[in-house]
Amino acid sequence: MSIEVKDIHKSFGAFKALDGVSLDLPKGELIALLGPSGCGKTTLLRIIAGLENADYGSVRLSGEDATSKHVRERHVGFVFQHYALFRHMTVFENVAFGLRVKPRGERPSEAIIRDKVHRLLDLVQLDWLANRFPSQLSGGQRQRIALARALAVEPQVLLLDEPFGALDAKVRKELRRWLRRLHDELHISSIFVTHDQEEALEVADRIVLMNKGRVEQIGNPHEIYDEPATSFAYSFIGNVNEFRGRVEGDYVRVGEDVLAHGQKGLADGSLVVAYTRPHDTEIVVDGAGRTGISAKVNRILASGSVSRVELVANGAAREGRTDYFEVELTPAEIAGLELETGKRVRIASRRLSVFAEKS
Amino acid sequence: MLARRTRVLPGFGLSLGFTLAYLSLIVLIPLSAVFIKTAGMTFDEFWTAVASPRVVASYKLSFGTSLLAAAINAVFGLILAWGLVRYTFPGKKLVDALIDLPFALPTAVAGISLTALYAKNGWLGQFLEPLGIKIAFGPPGILVALIFIGLPFIVRTVQPILEDLDAEFEEAAASLGANRWQTFRRVVFPTLLPALMTGFALAFARAVGEYGSVIFIAGNIPMVSEITPLMIITKLEQYDYAGATAIASVMLIASFVLLLAINGLQAWTSKRQGRTS
Amino acid sequence: MNATAARLAPHSGSASRFEANIATRDAPIVKYLVLGIGLSFFVLFLLMPLIAVFLEAFRKGWATYFAALVEPDAVSAIQLTLLAAAIAVPLNLVFGIAAAWSIAKFDFPGKQFLITLIDLPFSVSPVVAGLVYVLIFGTQGWIGPWLSENDIKVIFAVPGIVLATVFVTFPFIARELIPLMQAQGRDEEEAAITLGASGRQAFWRVTLPNIKWALLYGVILCNARAMGEFGAVSVVSGHIRGETNTMPLHVEILYNEYQFAAAFAVASLLAMLALVTLAIKTYIEWRADRDVPEEIGA
Repeated sequence: MSIEVKDIHKSFGAFKALDGVSLDLPKGELIALLGPSGCGKTTLLRIIAGLENADYGSVRLSGEDATSKHVRERHVGFVFQHYALFRHMTVFENVAFGLRVKPRGERPSEAIIRDKVHRLLDLVQLDWLANRFPSQLSGGQRQRIALARALAVEPQVLLLDEPFGALDAKVRKELRRWLRRLHDELHISSIFVTHDQEEALEVADRIVLMNKGRVEQIGNPHEIYDEPATSFAYSFIGNVNEFRGRVEGDYVRVGEDVLAHGQKGLADGSLVVAYTRPHDTEIVVDGAGRTGISAKVNRILASGSVSRVELVANGAAREGRTDYFEVELTPAEIAGLELETGKRVRIASRRLSVFAEKS
Repeated sequence: MLARRTRVLPGFGLSLGFTLAYLSLIVLIPLSAVFIKTAGMTFDEFWTAVASPRVVASYKLSFGTSLLAAAINAVFGLILAWGLVRYTFPGKKLVDALIDLPFALPTAVAGISLTALYAKNGWLGQFLEPLGIKIAFGPPGILVALIFIGLPFIVRTVQPILEDLDAEFEEAAASLGANRWQTFRRVVFPTLLPALMTGFALAFARAVGEYGSVIFIAGNIPMVSEITPLMIITKLEQYDYAGATAIASVMLIASFVLLLAINGLQAWTSKRQGRTS
Repeated sequence: MNATAARLAPHSGSASRFEANIATRDAPIVKYLVLGIGLSFFVLFLLMPLIAVFLEAFRKGWATYFAALVEPDAVSAIQLTLLAAAIAVPLNLVFGIAAAWSIAKFDFPGKQFLITLIDLPFSVSPVVAGLVYVLIFGTQGWIGPWLSENDIKVIFAVPGIVLATVFVTFPFIARELIPLMQAQGRDEEEAAITLGASGRQAFWRVTLPNIKWALLYGVILCNARAMGEFGAVSVVSGHIRGETNTMPLHVEILYNEYQFAAAFAVASLLAMLALVTLAIKTYIEWRADRDVPEEIGA
């Protein structure tokens, strides 16, 4: 079902958790709500579920206004961050819960419940754990049971709060792939909350990037990574080299040095922040060049097909801090440039994105 | 549009409303009666009631013996808690269960039993009396009763902290060359201190208000072994309601202060334990 | 008593882990010294008073013992004690659940202050607790004149005894439930609601099973105090034999009349109640421990 959120505001005391969030998410996609902790993503998820009330704004599910609907009537499946499995019930009873609490008229027979629960446990590949208690399961198993339990009531939309947050790296990776596969099988509209960009980029069809209670950008992983719309999007996603300075014609002046920005419409003298990805960053060795940030090679990390060169800025690109930059090169390129630790070079960018600095 | 407020879990209004109503009816309104009644007295009346020599002597006795009993319990309670957590010994489960006896045993029963033990011809009294140690029917008897009722407070606040104490701290201390005593004094004891002080405050607060266990063994000699709660009873028996209430208001204020102190100490304990309460 | 000192909390492992670890092991002499001092203190101040109750009770033989228990005044004291507990415990049980539900499952300003207020009766002297009801319901009290006009007796009668008992046992169950339910959070109830459960279903199927041991724990402690309360009840009772005497008050009267064997006989019943309470408490702690199996993984 489609999910439409309009102009949601929510404050906790003086803290603005959500500040005018609007989303229009199509049916059947797997969507990531991505952002740093405290950006309001979990609050938004809980408002969509009906677990939290917005101060202002509306939520529409399948085109129908759900704002004043109780969570019980919204037909959402919610997977809690810490799973919220009922600790006094077996795995089987946990999954069966949603069926057992249906009003007497709609409640399926015991045989149907048993059949359905076992099918769901099969789906999450944990049928053999049916008689265990939640405390006897590993984190990854609990997560999958929580998902099976949410699916038992055949929700129209599945909401997952930091589904992999409490798991160790290896299990995380497995579960991520598994969730993607499961989604491709069931095609149920799903939203999951995460602060891990890698997770969002890898799993989601579409990413909603949030910061400080606002939506920064909505797009597919490719757009989010390669075409960041805002300064925040650039610095949050992926590795990035950052330069702060002032516009001087076709250049950005960073301390003593200048960088060509190649963009139009930048007001002369305005304060800007410029970003470039490590693989879009170039190292220039001939001393003749006027442009580029002067820097010194600090370390060369050669492993695999791509080597990373870490550099330290000579000038004070940012005041009072040592600035490190990272450039990705092939071993052949490094050899060609005769790079070695301590060598003085200049840094330029093939693709620089410039944003006005917020004062 | 403005969203309608619906709470996810039901029963907030009902449960909080009932809680507040019941709390007011049973506790707050009755307690306020003490202050309202006291406010109706002139200052002279009040002062005569709360500062007469006999009443002042009872304050000294009540607070003094309570403090001493709590201090004795702090020392021996800590030793007992250490033994229960750190060592295996036969009968440990029984000892552990019986620590709570003063919580479960009616105070009047404790009172007559302690009196029977420490009276001149009692089991313990018959040995102590020839040595010139007179326990029952005087301040030492009060002390014994207050030790009895206060002991579990110390043991039960220190014990869980001691159990949760990660062996890593002592391992680290040992690896840095500390001996056991140094480790206890510098590493373990500071960790236990907030809990120990909480237990001390709880035992003290309980002892100040205690009546049942004390009254039998105290002897209740004016100016010597009358505790403050007894002064309230005495005034009531003389139909001096105002006098009784005035003393009660002094005790209530002491209770409030102690309650605040205990809350502060508990917050400190949980902060030390790295938990949010 | 304060429930802070007697709260249902999972016990950690046995002491052997400390004795097996070089860094936490004490020298044998220290162990025997600590145990020697600690256990002597325990025997002197806890065990001996307990044993003394029973020995004194049977000092004049079984016949005297039973005679003291079946005497009409004793029987009526037992009945009154049971009645007071039978009213006070359910009232405070309902209150405890309501208070814990509102405090643990919802956010509202002044919550911490409310918790402190609930603790208040713990730190009020029982004598003061009795006095406050005299100030309200006594002949000179706020509504005393109205009560006597309508021929209703509260003070020096059963209602006063029940009220005083309710007051002193007020926080017991709430104080067991509040921290537990706060620690459990609201996730499980919210999960139940998202799965379509009604509020009532969420409470009966999810909340209650999670708190049952703490609830029972609070109930038995509340009951022990309700049956054993002396100071507060003493103030409001009037000590009318056969009418307003509870068991502890009956013990006092017998003792003051130098009927020591009879006093200890009734006291032994109360001591037995205490032992049963401790036994149930120990059982609950063991069950609650067992219901929390070792965690596997994270």
